[in-house]
Amino acid sequence: MHDLQPEPAAVPAKRGRAIVVTSGKGGVGKTTTTANLGHALAARGATVALVDADVGLRNLDIVLGLESRVKHHVLDVLEELVDLDDALVRDKNNENLVLLAAAQTREKDEVDTEKMKALIERLREKFDYVLIDCPAGIEMGFKNAVAGADEAIVVCTPEVSAVRDVDRVVGLLGNKFRPQLIVNRLRPALVKKGKMLSVEDVNAILRLPLLGVIADEPEIIVTTNRGEPIALRRDGATASAYHAIAAKVAGEDVAAPTVEVKDETFFSKLGAFFGGSK
Amino acid sequence: MSGRRIVITSGKGGVGKTTTTANLGATLAKRGHRVILIDADIGLRNLDLVLGLEKRIVFDVVEVAEGRCQLRQALIKDKRFGENLSILPAAQTRDKDAITEEQFATIVQQAAEIADYVLIDCPAGIEAGFRNAVAGAGEAIVVTTPEVSAIRDADRVIGKVAEKRLPVRLIVNRLRPEMVRTGDMLSVDDVCEILSAELVGVVPDDEEIIDTTNKGEPVTLSEASKLRGVYDKIARRLEGELVPFTNFDSQGFFGRLFGALKAG
Amino acid sequence: MIEFIKKFFAPQPSSQTAKERLRLVLMTDHLSLAPEMIEQMKRDFIDVISKYVEVDREKIEVSFEQQDKALVMLSNVPILAVNRTKPEEPPKSDSTPSLPRRKRRKKAAASTGAPSNASPAPAV
Repeated sequence: MHDLQPEPAAVPAKRGRAIVVTSGKGGVGKTTTTANLGHALAARGATVALVDADVGLRNLDIVLGLESRVKHHVLDVLEELVDLDDALVRDKNNENLVLLAAAQTREKDEVDTEKMKALIERLREKFDYVLIDCPAGIEMGFKNAVAGADEAIVVCTPEVSAVRDVDRVVGLLGNKFRPQLIVNRLRPALVKKGKMLSVEDVNAILRLPLLGVIADEPEIIVTTNRGEPIALRRDGATASAYHAIAAKVAGEDVAAPTVEVKDETFFSKLGAFFGGSK
Repeated sequence: MSGRRIVITSGKGGVGKTTTTANLGATLAKRGHRVILIDADIGLRNLDLVLGLEKRIVFDVVEVAEGRCQLRQALIKDKRFGENLSILPAAQTRDKDAITEEQFATIVQQAAEIADYVLIDCPAGIEAGFRNAVAGAGEAIVVTTPEVSAIRDADRVIGKVAEKRLPVRLIVNRLRPEMVRTGDMLSVDDVCEILSAELVGVVPDDEEIIDTTNKGEPVTLSEASKLRGVYDKIARRLEGELVPFTNFDSQGFFGRLFGALKAG
Repeated sequence: MIEFIKKFFAPQPSSQTAKERLRLVLMTDHLSLAPEMIEQMKRDFIDVISKYVEVDREKIEVSFEQQDKALVMLSNVPILAVNRTKPEEPPKSDSTPSLPRRKRRKKAAASTGAPSNASPAPAV
């Protein structure tokens, strides 16, 4: 008797999304964004791998509070000194999230771009999202970070140098990517006074789809001090912004988080007079 | 006698290398020294922008290295400082392989022959751009903020610069005294203890920098600037004067209220 | 649970936490940046231990780990044999009573032929 059952359809190999978080300009919040977006995605139930591509100057581990758990790094895996699974550090707050740390002691030129691409591909088979934290600059480190990704998030602060650098990076990313923008560290009071670029000013130059706007948040310094990313919290403007951005990245039809540039009230003026940054 | 060649570096991006180079350079110029600022961030230049000189660029450092022009032709004089302040811009459309360490060092030497101070604005990181920037230097200033990642990177850079036997000094930038007081930010003492480098300046966080950068005006030019005095003190320490550091923590509420932010 | 109680009752300022974490992470960074120094340290360590026990040099493991708030060095040293005699002691600087030793030395030399560790007695 023939077996009349049809052949089961081949299960498609899982292929998670690989997103590079970049900017060109240093210090605008790439690592903070990678860590927090990673947590926000993991909080939604996705499995997330965070890859620190900043060989030589790693910081994703310390922002996540995992620095004491890192035993192996990207180069160990690329050189086959250790299995990928052994190099992945599970996050202490969310087991859906893992970190692949950068090597601290090696130079970026030692990373083989093709091998890096293959590594990201392997991670995509295991995780829903692979977020790659890109180093500052546009040298070899940047090229390697970008190699394995097919989506990009660019982070920009509302400052002339940052906008200029991001513009350059968007050019270098080329047609393969349609990067989305996060405007970070906005200070609404300064925008109102005309002392800081507005989101509109920034995007008039960059012309990118906006993922979200995040206000300058001194509490970020505290969360980095403790190694407890702010997205672990459920409330507060910044945590909420990251969660909204994660929802958008996941394809939900939500509005991009924005920051209101209110009219200056007497109290906010007073706050500024006292040197507050809020 | 050749001028001093100081690289301004940090490892971590965004901590204030370029604003430090621009403001410190402008301050030294105002104090009567001849100063040349060199932007070593090829591909991502910003020193010109921060000084408002971006529209006057004709030649850049790569073209000098390739012999397509003389150093003097490439230097842009900032007329606000008489003859005292010039910048050598980076190339925007090349990358850092466009120049070798030897070429960069030669240019720095040439600059030092016609200036009292050559300040080199180093790119972020420790890759080729960093190596170029350090190549011609005789001393280093490492800029850090009182934040974990910046300090970790500064430590790495201090190590790298020490390998080259360059004397290293530290500037702690973007200090927020009110956060130090509540224990939410590392203090200057904490930072110095962790990094064990000689402190040459403490610059408090101030919105002023954003505004002045937008306008391309170093703080030195503004009488009302609160940071002007800070950079003046750093310049004096570089000149060899023993200038005491302000203890920002003791400033207190009223210190800030009346805006008398003393130089640090 | 204990961590939660600690945090709840005596929350440490985050700058203190940052300082401790930095101290540890910089130590680890420095160690990983000096592999030659660590190799030399391992060799010296093995040399010292070998004076007391015979070790399997090939299988020795030395590593550094963060435990709680300290960096610790862990070592795994397979021992093959324990030496019968103590390692050679450095000569003592102060004078000691000589007579008993002289007697012992003669006795030792006569009975076992083992090398004597006693230094020649100074004349009193």
